[in-house]
Amino acid sequence: MEEILQKILGEYRENEGNIISILQDIEKAFGFIPEETVTWFSKKLDIPASRFFGTATFYSQFHLKPRGKNIITVCRGTACHVKGSEKLLNRLFLELDIPPDEETSTDSKFTIEKVNCIGACGIAPVTILNKEVLGKMTLDNLMKEVKKIKARE
Amino acid sequence: MDKDILIKVCTGTGGVASGSKEVLETFKGTISSAGIAASFSERCSAQRVGCRGFCAQDVLVDVIINGEKTTYKHVKPDMVGKIFTEHILNGTPVAEWIVDKDYHTFHQKQTKVVLSHCGEIDPEDIHAYRAVDGYKAAKMALTSMSSQEIVNIVKNSNLRGRGGAGFPTGLKWELGLRIASDIKYVICNGDEGDPGAFMDRSVMEGDPHAVIEGMIICAKATESHHGYIYVRAEYPLAVKRLQMAIEQCYEAGFLGKNTFGSGFDFDLKIFQGAGAFVCGEATALMRSIEGKRGMPTPKLWRSAEKGLWDRPTVLNNVETFANIPRIILRGADWFMRLGTERSGGTKVISLSGKVKNTGLIEVPLGVTLREIVYEIGGGIEGGKSFKALQTGGPSGGCIPEELLDTEVDYESLALAGSIMGSGGMVVLDETSCMVNTAKFFLEFTQSESCGKCTPCRIGTKRMLEILERITTGRGKEGDLELLEELGHYIRATSLCGLGMTAPNPVLSTLRYFRDEYEQHIRNKKCPAAVCRDLITYSILEAVCTGCGACKRVCPADAIRGVRKKPHRINTELCVKCGTCFDACKFKAITKV
Repeated sequence: MEEILQKILGEYRENEGNIISILQDIEKAFGFIPEETVTWFSKKLDIPASRFFGTATFYSQFHLKPRGKNIITVCRGTACHVKGSEKLLNRLFLELDIPPDEETSTDSKFTIEKVNCIGACGIAPVTILNKEVLGKMTLDNLMKEVKKIKARE
Repeated sequence: MDKDILIKVCTGTGGVASGSKEVLETFKGTISSAGIAASFSERCSAQRVGCRGFCAQDVLVDVIINGEKTTYKHVKPDMVGKIFTEHILNGTPVAEWIVDKDYHTFHQKQTKVVLSHCGEIDPEDIHAYRAVDGYKAAKMALTSMSSQEIVNIVKNSNLRGRGGAGFPTGLKWELGLRIASDIKYVICNGDEGDPGAFMDRSVMEGDPHAVIEGMIICAKATESHHGYIYVRAEYPLAVKRLQMAIEQCYEAGFLGKNTFGSGFDFDLKIFQGAGAFVCGEATALMRSIEGKRGMPTPKLWRSAEKGLWDRPTVLNNVETFANIPRIILRGADWFMRLGTERSGGTKVISLSGKVKNTGLIEVPLGVTLREIVYEIGGGIEGGKSFKALQTGGPSGGCIPEELLDTEVDYESLALAGSIMGSGGMVVLDETSCMVNTAKFFLEFTQSESCGKCTPCRIGTKRMLEILERITTGRGKEGDLELLEELGHYIRATSLCGLGMTAPNPVLSTLRYFRDEYEQHIRNKKCPAAVCRDLITYSILEAVCTGCGACKRVCPADAIRGVRKKPHRINTELCVKCGTCFDACKFKAITKV
């Protein structure tokens, strides 16, 4: 871990980075922002940890808890909403056994996320399964995709 | 040898999601396969191009032989072989896969200025951009024009900010030029956060060099030497292509020290956003680049005086910058004449929702909304009837049928109770509930409110609570008046544009669709049958064939019945997900 953090620190110094770029690098390396990485940087740079957490909680790209192995993102843009993305989302929560007010399933295999709009409104409703953008999604096809992932697990 | 056979495959985000990468690879593989003579292969070139707009018919492929263009729609990798042998080798196009009337009516009323390169050139290749007069305008501006001359042309062109507010670009630049400072910044706002809008994404992905060229010209006009492109995190492809374009420019000497050999220095960097809608607001965006929470600051000074790190800053939207090279090359007059009296040029619009032809379009300002929905959009999908046109995203409003003859322009859309905004238009049909739509937008602005000022933080929350009450059947008399009162206060007292426009979706639907709200409150009914708590699903016994399709898909196990006998829904178990409604082939399930 120390090694990765040193590398991020090096890049920060080299490119005149800021808190956001550090957090982006941490998120990229670990998949979320572990608390100890923040304290590490806070000490090295003499910036209060509260400033890191304040920034991390402000932007939706940063996560303070580890996320599931598979990430399913449902677009909640206007066009997707009009074409029934809420239905897809509700069904996913039902299907994957995710506790209320949580995003990640109890077995840490799935995380369901909402995104405001990925700008592919012409092929709404859109879902992203582990970074693959799938357009014109139907309940049927989505359940098929979920089953495929479940079978792999 | 000249490549006289060109194959162009759309690789925008929409195209990629529809499988364009595989289609392009298959074409490339076919060209270089063993069965094709080497002399023939050399004449062929298969290339990626940016978004061509008509996403509903993706993957679109152009085959151009000796300048004659044929366009195919819905192309899949397994169709490539036939197109190649019949059309490219033997000269007979595959008639049944060629685009039809819809494709042509979709393009008829459009005028492409900003999008003229999208879908025509390879966005990852600077040479392709230079072959269509790219960087000619920047070279002219840097080597043979004064800053004031550039400002004058932009002023005379009547170009107004395409981010939504419509501030005259030339004036902004003039202010930026007049203020003296050793460090000034030029920022391109690519934080296209409005849900339902994807114009800027398509331009950044399809023609990244045009944006950069516009910024170089702006840098010269305002005598700034540092630039940032702020791109939102949700657009990875745009970031990748802009990054490539910037690197190509540094190599070619268009960016960096002594650009175009003119002695002028300009450095350009990308800053990737981290997912916050409010960062589309200029002051919040600048705080974000500074590495802070993206919270707006009171506008005591114009950004042109004190912006990024308190230095003079000129900030424009992606589409605004992409217009600049064309204005410099073709003149202010040409651009001004394209639009209306008060604003010149065209507007790129993303058309989506319940319309037949969804996609990206570009129209001269002054076209009517009716032309957009019925001519370019081809009317409503599936024979349903039109209900409203939502423009301007969460800051905009809904426009009803009777106002469809409104012209697309900053002033006339504001008069109709909406805004031009960044140019997203979403068509709603009879199956959309207007109260639910208003709630949808308020949920969005409420959760994206940065929390700094009270009217926005608390006011939108209270409005949302009232809307939640109404859509779950707990609405009461006086709620509508309360919504209006709150809306007006929030509008008048919020710190930034997010709060000032947040009540718009509610106020405009209250203005035009008040009866729908009243039905929710008085009769506890949702006329469009959308609000979950106000509808019940049931099976028409006379129509049900007992096929069991609904029973199989029900996630709550709420449907009972014996095969070939009418089934029944247990309303206590039913979670109202609507899965059975979509699964029934006999229309035996009703929702009221």
